[in-house]
Amino acid sequence: MIDHSHDPSMERELDGNALAGMLETLFGSDMTAVPGRCAHCSTVNMVGAMRAYTGGPGAVLRCPACDEVVLRLVVTAEATYLDARGAAYLRLSRR
Amino acid sequence: MASPIAWRIATVGTIRDETPTVRSFTLGLPDWPGHRPGQHVDLRLTAEDGYSVERSYSIASEPERRGEIDLTVERIEDGEVSAFLHDVVEPGDRLEVRGPIGGYFVWEAPLGGPLLLVAGGSGVVPLMAILRHRRRTGSHVPTRLLSSSRHAEEIIYRDELDALAAAGDGLEVIHTLTRSQPTGWAGYARRIDDRMLAEVLEPLGVSARVYICGPTALVEVAANAMVRLGLPPDRVRTERFGPTGT
Repeated sequence: MIDHSHDPSMERELDGNALAGMLETLFGSDMTAVPGRCAHCSTVNMVGAMRAYTGGPGAVLRCPACDEVVLRLVVTAEATYLDARGAAYLRLSRR
Repeated sequence: MASPIAWRIATVGTIRDETPTVRSFTLGLPDWPGHRPGQHVDLRLTAEDGYSVERSYSIASEPERRGEIDLTVERIEDGEVSAFLHDVVEPGDRLEVRGPIGGYFVWEAPLGGPLLLVAGGSGVVPLMAILRHRRRTGSHVPTRLLSSSRHAEEIIYRDELDALAAAGDGLEVIHTLTRSQPTGWAGYARRIDDRMLAEVLEPLGVSARVYICGPTALVEVAANAMVRLGLPPDRVRTERFGPTGT
């Protein structure tokens, strides 16, 4: 097994729960229990189960199955940028 | 329209030491809308010069308690927010919080079980909210908590966990101590691994709902083991924490 205990990029690996406040501010309701389909491998995972990397200037959510980027989120003083090209869809329940 | 997670002012109530590096803070929130066990809050500190920093903390208390929540916070070396909470904050101080947040890592009594909870260090905090809620609602769902700590004196909520397990309502608490064990320790004495998880899961069976919270490496080991043991991935909920918050 690879020991990631001293790998700084692994230390910053969290999951979608860590972005819950930011995403709820953007979408107006909880997003962690929202299923999303990865545009690369078509696996469906809830946002809370996706890998989150928060060490950079923005936050990145990656697919736990294929590790490709699903969502990128950058919050500046002026605006929030959401790059969702890695998501085939996000399913927001109407109930 | 008010945001459902607007920032609120909380008043610090009692502060309790849980371990040498972990403290619980009761926050008075008179208009708190209630939460679901497993949810967290974002806490914001703002300096006089406008510099502001936010961190997420799991709610430790059960939703049946009204008008206040407990946060249990480990003091992280060079952690801006946790050091402030541990070293500076006193009862009566005011803090900015927003929440409750999250809907993925959540268990409520009607969901049922059996329930397997796996904690690494302060990952036990949201699981404690689940256990306190389970107790308060009179749930008898068969439940096992596997909690990993480095040393016996670092076990968070040890006395309360003992008391909950002694209630005879179907809860068992299993500890593993990874770095040092007191004389006569009869529990596990190694990091969580596949064999330990298989043994702890066995009485509950593969229909269990599983909640795993801890450092990323522990969560990966436990979640992968659960899938190998035959649990459907959608019944395994995980929450990773690391030294950086959002």
